[in-house]
Amino acid sequence: MNINTTKIISLLFFIFSAFYLYTAYQIQVFAFDENAPFNARTFPIYLGYAGLFFSGLKFVLPEPNTIKVDHKNLEYKKTAILIVIAIIYGATILKVGYFLTTSLFLFSSYYFLGERRWVLMFLLSFPFVAAFMYLLHGILDIYLRDPFLQSIGVMG
Amino acid sequence: MIEGILIGLTTALTLQNILMVMVGCFFGTIIGMLPGLGPMTAIALMIPITYGFDPATGLILMAGVYYGAVFGGSTSSILLNAPGVPGTVATSFDGYPMAQQGKAGKALAIAAWSSFAGGTLSAIYLLFMAPSLSKVSLSFRSPDYFALMILGLTAIAAFSSKGQFLKAMMMVVLGLMLASVGQDSLSDITRFTFDNMNLTDGISFVLVVMATFAMSEALTIILKKNDPTSAAKQVSLTELGSIKINKEERSKMYKTIPRSSIIGFLIGVLPGAGATIASFLAYGMERNVVNDEEKEKFGKGSVNGLSAPETANNAACSGSFVPMLTLGIPGSGTTAVMLGALLGFGVQPGPRLYMTNPEIFWSIIMSMYIGMVILLILNLPLIPYIARILAVPKNYLIPLILFFSVTGIYVMSFNNFDIYLMIGIAVVATFLRLYDFPMPPLILAFVLGGLMEENLRRSLLLSNGSWEFLWDRTLTLCILLTTILIVVWHFYKSIIKK
Repeated sequence: MNINTTKIISLLFFIFSAFYLYTAYQIQVFAFDENAPFNARTFPIYLGYAGLFFSGLKFVLPEPNTIKVDHKNLEYKKTAILIVIAIIYGATILKVGYFLTTSLFLFSSYYFLGERRWVLMFLLSFPFVAAFMYLLHGILDIYLRDPFLQSIGVMG
Repeated sequence: MIEGILIGLTTALTLQNILMVMVGCFFGTIIGMLPGLGPMTAIALMIPITYGFDPATGLILMAGVYYGAVFGGSTSSILLNAPGVPGTVATSFDGYPMAQQGKAGKALAIAAWSSFAGGTLSAIYLLFMAPSLSKVSLSFRSPDYFALMILGLTAIAAFSSKGQFLKAMMMVVLGLMLASVGQDSLSDITRFTFDNMNLTDGISFVLVVMATFAMSEALTIILKKNDPTSAAKQVSLTELGSIKINKEERSKMYKTIPRSSIIGFLIGVLPGAGATIASFLAYGMERNVVNDEEKEKFGKGSVNGLSAPETANNAACSGSFVPMLTLGIPGSGTTAVMLGALLGFGVQPGPRLYMTNPEIFWSIIMSMYIGMVILLILNLPLIPYIARILAVPKNYLIPLILFFSVTGIYVMSFNNFDIYLMIGIAVVATFLRLYDFPMPPLILAFVLGGLMEENLRRSLLLSNGSWEFLWDRTLTLCILLTTILIVVWHFYKSIIKK
């Protein structure tokens, strides 16, 4: 049997399903519900077995069309940078506020993706976010938390 | 029904809702033209905007995006042989050769009129079929619903997986597993939260949609170095030629459109099928129906060959609303996203929807007519201009998609954990996409997870824990046999292929 990445994913899914099944059996149900035909753990138990079944079959059965991914042609660096920027964005958005973090996120993402037209980068970050905030907060009345704008008195 | 139509018209014809149809169609056409970014991503990106609207307006906007995306997908199919959405692949068979013969404008006009006619006719079928089906579905019981959900999940796995049925079924199970996180709906017992308070209410539907579609598609584009806007740049440079359709071509379309619209609508109603299968079936049927002389033209720029799939894919879009509006069970990934958004509004679609929320039910149907007219006006004269908007480099497009995704979660929960979870799920989804694990089955399963458990619970409790409920009622048995038939047919097809 050839071990390719799809088989490895199936094996990982099999292990995940086994863990899910084990956790499903650990769900604490009320004493009077313990022997009921259906309780909080019934459906997850079925799902755990279904996961084991399908991933097990996928692992065991021969692969008709093997998918080959050319890792050399994949842009891992830029993708990883974008993910890190998104994580920083997520970590700061509540404390700093929507406007500043979103504008900086967009500006830095454009930069790391290779853009160098500074005026366009600026226009598509700070004024763009301000306009979008106005649409959400000002017109559609969707609350946006922004301690930074509140501290400088722009937002009530 | 007349009263319902009037309620629908009153709601759909408000200035705000007409504006939403226009915005939806315009935005959908743009996204639909970009190969790789489908209607699900377009709808997912619209979710944060819909928070500020009432449910009817929100759904009208999303419906506009849906048929706009299918409509827009035909443009890149015809001009570049690069279908924007899978539902428009069959359009390129005759649309692209026609464009190569210098008749791009004519091909676009035929596609636009066929889409318009297909969408309008199927909206009429929907108008008559949905209320009747709602009445029939009132007789559905929990075992029937449970069986119907199994059918929907199996069908979407079989039809959307391009021969990778087991992968799709693994995604179905993963979707159901994700849906099981949080409090049990009946006993309030927490499951799979690992003492994390943020997971007590379960994983948000918007989070999963944004992560598996919008965000992971953006990451995939960067990872694979794709440029979805390159096709659009070429569209803006293409010479379109005349958009006039002559009498002979019109007479061919008059025959093709009605039959293709019926096929498209019926396929759209079936769970899991949708626009792609509908367009291929309509193309195949049209080829068998026409005379030998016309048959020879298929694949070389046939009017019938272009009109049939375009009519069918738009008709299928309207058809896919039938199970969602009448049974509360979405038949496709796209309508699953809409169902999730409706549930977020506190509206439970199902057989009683047209009685409890007639303004939602009827206004969606009515807005389809308005949407079709808007699409016709948009697609023909505005294509070169829309294409110019699309020439935005991917360096701008990708951060904007990520920004919309994070905003969608931020305005919903104001919680860092949800953003981290979304990024985590998006990374896993991007990796799975690389190896052809389909995402629509995961979304459909995630949306149906709660309902499925609820109906299984009722069925098992009523039958004292016995699984006999699966064959006690004829309807349940018929639905299950259909499910088995789909699985057997799928495996038979794969064996034949080998």
